[in-house]
Amino acid sequence: MADTPTNAAPNTPSVVERTRAIAAGAPVVAAHFLGRTAALVLGEEAVLLVPDKGDEQRIALHGGGILSAATDGITVVTGGDDGKVFSTDAKGERRLVATDSKRRWIDQVAAGSDGMVAWSAGKTAFVQSGKGEPKSLDVPSTVGGLAFAPKGVRLAVAHYNGVTLWFPNAQAAPEVLEWKGSHHHVAFSANGQFLVTAMQEPTLHGWRVVDAKHMRMSGYSARVRSFGWTVGGKWLATSGSEQLVLWPFQGKDGPMGKQPKMFAAFAVRVTAVACHPKQEVVAVGYADGTVLLVRIDDGAEVLGKKPGAGPVAALGWDSAGTLLAFGTEAGEAGVIDLG
Amino acid sequence: MSSDQVSSEKLPVTVLTGYLGAGKTTLLNRILSEPHGKKYAVIVNEFGEIGIDNELVVGADEEVFEMNNGCICCTVRGDLIRIIEGLMRRKGKFDAIIVETTGLADPAPVAQTFFVDENVGRKTRLDAVVTVADAKWLKDRLKDAPEAKNQIAFADVILLNKIDRVTPAELREVEARIRAINPYAKLHKTERSQIALSEILGRNAFDLDRILDIEPEFLNTGDGHDHDHDHGHDHGHDHHHDHGGLKHYHDEDMQSVSLNTDKPLSPDKFFPWVQKLVAEDGPAILRCKGILNFKDDPDRFVFQGVHMILDGDHQRAWKDGEKRNSRLVFIGRNLPEEKIRSGFETCVA
Repeated sequence: MADTPTNAAPNTPSVVERTRAIAAGAPVVAAHFLGRTAALVLGEEAVLLVPDKGDEQRIALHGGGILSAATDGITVVTGGDDGKVFSTDAKGERRLVATDSKRRWIDQVAAGSDGMVAWSAGKTAFVQSGKGEPKSLDVPSTVGGLAFAPKGVRLAVAHYNGVTLWFPNAQAAPEVLEWKGSHHHVAFSANGQFLVTAMQEPTLHGWRVVDAKHMRMSGYSARVRSFGWTVGGKWLATSGSEQLVLWPFQGKDGPMGKQPKMFAAFAVRVTAVACHPKQEVVAVGYADGTVLLVRIDDGAEVLGKKPGAGPVAALGWDSAGTLLAFGTEAGEAGVIDLG
Repeated sequence: MSSDQVSSEKLPVTVLTGYLGAGKTTLLNRILSEPHGKKYAVIVNEFGEIGIDNELVVGADEEVFEMNNGCICCTVRGDLIRIIEGLMRRKGKFDAIIVETTGLADPAPVAQTFFVDENVGRKTRLDAVVTVADAKWLKDRLKDAPEAKNQIAFADVILLNKIDRVTPAELREVEARIRAINPYAKLHKTERSQIALSEILGRNAFDLDRILDIEPEFLNTGDGHDHDHDHGHDHGHDHHHDHGGLKHYHDEDMQSVSLNTDKPLSPDKFFPWVQKLVAEDGPAILRCKGILNFKDDPDRFVFQGVHMILDGDHQRAWKDGEKRNSRLVFIGRNLPEEKIRSGFETCVA
């Protein structure tokens, strides 16, 4: 590698001045959009709602740490160490979805279509759709990640040595995609053809869902904590390296036998990524607090946030792709208006 | 942010091990109830045993995960990674973390978690492995329970508990048995797990900067604190193992090998040797630590390891008048002592 700048080059174009800074007052662990309202999920107790016009609103939810968050674009679902699952909308209306009977930690949550919510406590995954009682599934070890398939009612439950694919409304036995090791964050590609997990080792593992064919994506310097597909599903953007690593998913075999594209090399690690919903642009957050917008076509970079205190922990676009919310472990946060 | 600031912000984690019934729960209840002005988050394996309702008490399933990193003995506690990440959401609400393990647990995966998982290692640091042992029953457990022996071998601090249940002769006997396995741990004799908490918490036993001395503990007389050691061995003993009146035992399969030389070592010889040693014999080596005197190097080099994982750094300059020598200790099961000794001799510069 020729040159690894510790910082964005001085002549990088910038959208920093379009930022509305938010005093989060606590570490930010996730950033989602409910319409044009940013939902900044804090490490403890609350979600901060930031409408594009008007004042922020702090919605108190959990009596402790917030361990996970997910969104369907309408509400943000949170799971806490108080054993509760909440669903909160853009107006700040909150709904208690579930309380664990043993007050166990809610480690993972996922949001599906039609208000479907999934969560996990220990080795048990739960799904609730409509007003009925939640359905549950026990897996062999603690759930490391949950994701709904893009179509239909199917939940991927990541755990030690693989992922269980579960149709909660069907009698059929769940299918298990096996791969040795501990699997955390899990996600389906938008077309539902691929499933990828971030492992305890600094590697990603993928399966082609139709035939469980394996894909290994390795070479990272740290655990991959954030990944997502670009619009149209051509690229899988990933954190965990000192640059943005993009795996090609254009073909039916995914990235097998192909090299990843790499952009925006830094001296510090990429800690969060978020793909633009309309264009092949990725928001990239770094361990020093920098946020860059990277265009995949030509690698062009735009500075979104200067370095600051703490690694970037959360990035999220609104569905139109004109607003980008960010948050850091140290509690720096903001919304950039690109419209 | 400098690295110093980061390390000082790391939360200390104490691992509490011990065979069933030795007194771990009594000790935990004391830590949680005594007015010491500190708040501890406690990760317990058996909810309900702790009689205190405390939102910072977290139940854990001991999930030992193998790592696919080419290191055959490398296992981590998956539940611990998850729980510590979760607890860090509430950073600032407590001063330290205590991890209780079941009586059957191997301490190595717990310790390795702090070296293998980058996120855990960035936010917390392993403080010490504290093992509670039952003075009356330990001798039997050492015969029939390999876990009990592992816990003694791994310990930085040992509480030999329930000493009121044994005769002075039995106590000497069990102490000698412990020393045969682990001559380096701090040993406290207690009743009903009564001990000043400062003796078990905040020990910095895994801090490279605090590997002050690796002389066997039983060479020290009285209640020698760390800062006494530098004097302790300068006069008195000659670095030869004097067993201080204790009956000497050789444990059949668990032992320690200590190495000592005044001749400066060559880093170009030492590192390949120690790396090869832990790669080949890592499964047998539970722990190792050392202070090294490299040729033409003004600084002391300190290192420690758990199985195949090694961690080391330059510590500080050798002081004027300080005796420059290299000291290493390996604790493990069926250690290839001759191979270790002869290999070490080839590291002389």
